[in-house]
Amino acid sequence: MTSAAAIPYVAQAPHPDRQRMIERVAGIGFAFPAFLLLLLTNVVPLLVLLYLSFTDFKLGALESHFLGLDNFRKALGDPVFRRSLANTFVYVAIVLPGAVGLGLLVAVLLHKRKRTRSFYEVIYFLPVTSTLIAMATVWQFILHPRLGPVNGVLRAMGFDAIPFLSEPAYVLPTLAAIGIWQLVGFNMVLFLAGLSAIPRDLYEAAEIDGCRSGIDRFVTITWPLLGPTTMFVIVTTSITAFKVFDTVAVMTRGGPMGSSEVLLYAIYLEGYQYFHMGYAAALTLIFLAFVLLFSILQTFVLERRVHY
Amino acid sequence: MSIRMPCVAKCRRRSNDNEVASVTLQSIGKSFAGVPVLRDISLDVADGEFLTLVGASGCGKSTLIRIIAGLEPQSTGSVLIGGVPVDHLRPHERHVAMVFQSYALYPHMKVFANIALPLVMSRLRLAERLPLLRLLSPRRRKVMAGIADEVHAVAKQLQIDGLLDRRPSQLSGGQRQRVALGRAMVRQPAAFLMDEPLSNLDAKLRVHMRSELAELHARIGTTFVYVTHDQVEAMTMSDRVAMMDNGEILQLGRPGDLYARPANVRVAQFIGTPAINLLPAKANTDGLVELFGQQVSVRAGRSPGSALTLGIRPESLTPAPAGTARPGMHVLAGRLRRSENLGAGHILHVDLAAPAHGSVTCAVAAPLEAFACDGSELALQFAPAACHVFDADGERMNDDNAPPFATIAQSRARALT
Repeated sequence: MTSAAAIPYVAQAPHPDRQRMIERVAGIGFAFPAFLLLLLTNVVPLLVLLYLSFTDFKLGALESHFLGLDNFRKALGDPVFRRSLANTFVYVAIVLPGAVGLGLLVAVLLHKRKRTRSFYEVIYFLPVTSTLIAMATVWQFILHPRLGPVNGVLRAMGFDAIPFLSEPAYVLPTLAAIGIWQLVGFNMVLFLAGLSAIPRDLYEAAEIDGCRSGIDRFVTITWPLLGPTTMFVIVTTSITAFKVFDTVAVMTRGGPMGSSEVLLYAIYLEGYQYFHMGYAAALTLIFLAFVLLFSILQTFVLERRVHY
Repeated sequence: MSIRMPCVAKCRRRSNDNEVASVTLQSIGKSFAGVPVLRDISLDVADGEFLTLVGASGCGKSTLIRIIAGLEPQSTGSVLIGGVPVDHLRPHERHVAMVFQSYALYPHMKVFANIALPLVMSRLRLAERLPLLRLLSPRRRKVMAGIADEVHAVAKQLQIDGLLDRRPSQLSGGQRQRVALGRAMVRQPAAFLMDEPLSNLDAKLRVHMRSELAELHARIGTTFVYVTHDQVEAMTMSDRVAMMDNGEILQLGRPGDLYARPANVRVAQFIGTPAINLLPAKANTDGLVELFGQQVSVRAGRSPGSALTLGIRPESLTPAPAGTARPGMHVLAGRLRRSENLGAGHILHVDLAAPAHGSVTCAVAAPLEAFACDGSELALQFAPAACHVFDADGERMNDDNAPPFATIAQSRARALT
């Protein structure tokens, strides 16, 4: 083989190595702005967070000490943290099936409507567009033991008033119900998109093949073909639910007696009320690990079942 | 015609063998939002017959087959299957199977489950089909074993028994088509309804599947109602063809009849490739047809002076060098504009001598002869018997002048019955 160098300057295209070099530089050049942005907004803060979690840094303190894994050790034994973790899981366990199930139900019911569909869509989607902080205040009024209309109706019907937000046993389900109310519209829209992607032919074929009832159609066609949508909805819903904060901060402040203390609220208290930044950083890392684990687990478990 | 696969014959649950699978339509009408798409359609499909509904898109043929299937309610009239009105019955209760243009295979199920579904639906109760709950049923396993046997038998018949573990997305178009057929066959329906089943296949496979479908019909002998916009499919596979246009049946008859004796201009234009030549003509004082001033010895059947349309099929025109004449043949003089080589023959596009007369196409089976190069003058000869005469409304006139093809059609018809 004659080497390329033996031919004096006739090559029209640059030397392959040079060509590869140019492509690499161009590629890096194009990716650089996005990479820089990602670095500044995600990677650097994460690294700072990681560093802080190994120290006893307090906001405003002039010096801090390296503690190693002490913060994490402390978290494992901290009753407040453990309670907030447990509360968060209970909250997710209520919101996830509620928001996904109701979202699916509403979507299936609305899908066949023609004239009234957009009307209901708007109604169910309104909570999504509203600011949850503001809505939390409204909910606080609605559920107020003495002034709220809900308890007003209950009393008028002869029942006792229910202390939705002041009874430890009721507070998490109440917050979860508000969380569901806020998420149903969003999930509904996702499910509606999934439903309209199912070819009408399949329902007709199923009708001829003997799918008699709505249940038959749902089990045979709708549910399996909504698999990818459902997986997406489950992942986004559980992460959103895991991040519950607004309603707790506005309505209960973790009370009564810590019964509505959730993970993000505990982190907020440690960091911004008690200024234990180092400890809060450690808790945040644990929180992130959970969210990551959640997504990975669901992606892998569900992916195998929805793939076709 | 009546050869049935042993399994099919054995499993068939029929009370009266020759009546059960006929399909009868009694003055079916359908309108969408006040716009009529089907007008007073009456049709009788005999048991075991292969009937094709053919027509351009929008003629109502798909709506009609969907009405038979029960997917669409008719506005007026009645559907009878096996002589029994089925208007009040849901699609699956009508015991018909349908093959869709898109195949409509269930993408999340393997081929086996796709074919098995109609049997699973009819033989297992709802609780036995639901996940988890079905584990409680003791008879489920036995029923499923029976279903598996039938699915395998059908798959073997269609030569897809090696594909049962695949998903539809892993199959080629032809294989999907077979799976769709299998799903239709496995339940041994009273009738097969096929809505353009070959339209999504490429041309070569379509030709192949055409003969396979015809063979399948001959083998299982079930009633087929077949919808297509492709006149070749209609002509090659069917016992009878119903040509539809604008929500009406224009002509119902054997394929040969539609070709040889089209009931009107629209049928004549639709059936046959290349399309029939339609020339303006009129009735002369002798009661014969006058074409471009020359008398054609075909009876006009209309009062002198009334406008007519003369139809001559491209394959009935014989090109000859200009000026040649043959006794008993009429001649159209023209100039060859373009010829298309089809290998086995040629299609000639000929401009008629007088510019106002337009142009005609002419199909020749034999290799082109020397005289026929572009621009050469030709004499196109045709026999009076090959002429189709239509009146001003486009209806057929010369029933007593049936072209020789009618005899072919009749012999085919005799072979069929």
